[in-house]
Amino acid sequence: MTLWQQTYEMARRSVLQTLRQPAMVIPPVLFPLVLMGINVSGLDAATNIPGFPTDSYLDFAIAFPFVQGSLFASINAGSAIARDVETGFLNRLALTPMRRAAMLLGQLAGVLVVALISGVIYLAVGFAAGLHVESGFWGVLVLLVLAMLIALAFASVGAFIGLRTGSGEAVQGVFPLFFVFLFLSSSSLPRDLIEHDWFRTIATYNPVSYLFEGLRSLIIFGWQGKELGLGFLFAGTIALIGVTGSSTALRNRLART
Amino acid sequence: MRRFWDVVAGVAWRSIKKFATNPQLLLPSLIFPLFFFVAFAGGLSSVGNVPGFDFPSGYTAFQFVFVLLQASAFGGVFTGFGIASDFENGFSRRLMLAAPNRLGILFGYALSAMMRAAIVGVLLFTVAIATGMQVHGNGVDLFGLIVLALLVNFTAGMWAAGVAMRLRTIQAGPAMQMPVFIVLFLAPVYVPLDLLAGWVEAVAHVNPFTALVEGGRDFISGQDFDVWLMFGIAIGLGAAFLAWAVRGVHRAEMAGG
Repeated sequence: MTLWQQTYEMARRSVLQTLRQPAMVIPPVLFPLVLMGINVSGLDAATNIPGFPTDSYLDFAIAFPFVQGSLFASINAGSAIARDVETGFLNRLALTPMRRAAMLLGQLAGVLVVALISGVIYLAVGFAAGLHVESGFWGVLVLLVLAMLIALAFASVGAFIGLRTGSGEAVQGVFPLFFVFLFLSSSSLPRDLIEHDWFRTIATYNPVSYLFEGLRSLIIFGWQGKELGLGFLFAGTIALIGVTGSSTALRNRLART
Repeated sequence: MRRFWDVVAGVAWRSIKKFATNPQLLLPSLIFPLFFFVAFAGGLSSVGNVPGFDFPSGYTAFQFVFVLLQASAFGGVFTGFGIASDFENGFSRRLMLAAPNRLGILFGYALSAMMRAAIVGVLLFTVAIATGMQVHGNGVDLFGLIVLALLVNFTAGMWAAGVAMRLRTIQAGPAMQMPVFIVLFLAPVYVPLDLLAGWVEAVAHVNPFTALVEGGRDFISGQDFDVWLMFGIAIGLGAAFLAWAVRGVHRAEMAGG
C-alpha cells in the first residue's frame, strides 16, 4: 500500500470512530454555539464602547466558536490516540508495514472532518442570526481554511500529549490550560479596547489572540493582509510544532514498545 | 439527634479531608474561580464604560459577585461528583449500612460543600481586595453576601446530590454540571439586566438566579433593594432542592445504595 492509501484507511477509521460517538461530535458543535449565543446577547452593549470595530457583536463573536471548537478537537484527537495506546491498538499496528506518517495523518483526519462540519454549522447559525461577512464568498472559504488549520494546530498538540502520556486522563487534564489561553486573549474585546495594561500585554503575547484576529478580520474588515497573515502564520507554526512533536513522540513510543 | 450530628460530622470531615489533601480536587477548585475573575474583571473592564452601565462600585466588584456565586455553586456541584464517586466505589453502600441516620449523610456532604465554598470565597475576597476592588457595602451587607453565597452553594449542592443519589455514577457529571452552568450564564453576567439584549434578556428576566446575582451586587455596592424578596427566592430554591435531594436518598436506599 502507498502512503496515501495507508493514510486513507487510517483516516477512514478515525472519521468513522468520531462520527459514531455522539459525545465526540455534539459537544464541539453545540457548546461553542451556546456560549456564543450567551455572549452575543450579554455583551451586545460592548458595541457602544467608542472604537469598537462593528455595531454587531455577532460579527465580532463568531470567531469564538471556531477557536473553542478547535480546543475540543485537540481533546478529541489526544483522547483518541491515548485510547489507541491504552488498548494496545498502536502496538498491534506497529507490527504491520503501516508507516508512522500515515498513522498520524490518519488520526488527525477525523478531527479535521468534525472541524469542517462544525465550521459550516457555526456559519449557518451565524448567517441565520444575521451574520455579515465583509470579505464575501471567497472570504468565507478562506475563513474555513484558516479554521481547519487552527483545528489541525490544536489537534496536533492534543495528539502530542496523547502520545507522550498515553493517558486519556492526562489529555483531559490539559484542557483547562487550553481554556486559559482562550480567555486570556482578545476573544471578548479588541486588544486596543482592553483597559488593563497587564491583560493587554498577556493578550498581545498570547498567540491565540492572532487566531481570533485573523478569523475576525475576514468578517468585520474584509481583506486585511497583516491580520490574516498573522493568523495563518501562528496557526501554521503551532501546527508545525504539534505535528513535529507528535511525530517524534510516536517514533519514541513505537521504539519503546 | 446526637446520632444525626455524628453522621454529619463524620461524612463532612471525610469529604473535607479528601478535598484538602488531594491536589487534583483542591487546585482546580481554587484556580478556576480566580481565573474567571481575572478573565472577566480584567479582560472586560472597559464594558464598565458602556453608556447606561452605572454600577457604583466599578466593574471589578460587579464581576466579583458573579464569580463568587459561580464558585459557590460549583463547590456544591463538585461535592455531587464526590457523592457519585462514593457510590461507584461502593463506599456509599457501606456508609448507608453503618449510618444510623441516613439524612445525616446528605447534610454531611452539604456541610463539606459549604466548607469548600468558604475556602474558595476567602481566597477570592483576598485577591479581589488586593487588586483594588471597591466595596461600598457595610459589614452587614457583606455578611448578607456571604449568607447568599452559602445558600447558592447549598442549593447547587442539593441539586447535584439529588442527581448523584438517583444515578449513582460519575458519568452523571454533565447532568449535574451543565444545568447549573446554563442557569448561571443565562443571568446578567457581563452587564446589568437592562443592558442585556436578545433572547438572553428575555430568559434572564424569568431566571431566579438573576435576582440572586443582582441582590449580591446590591450588597457589595451598598445599594437599597428588597432583601427579603431575594432571600425568599434563595431559601425557596434551597428548600425545593433539599426536598429533591432527600427523595434522592430514599431512591438510593430503595436501590440498595
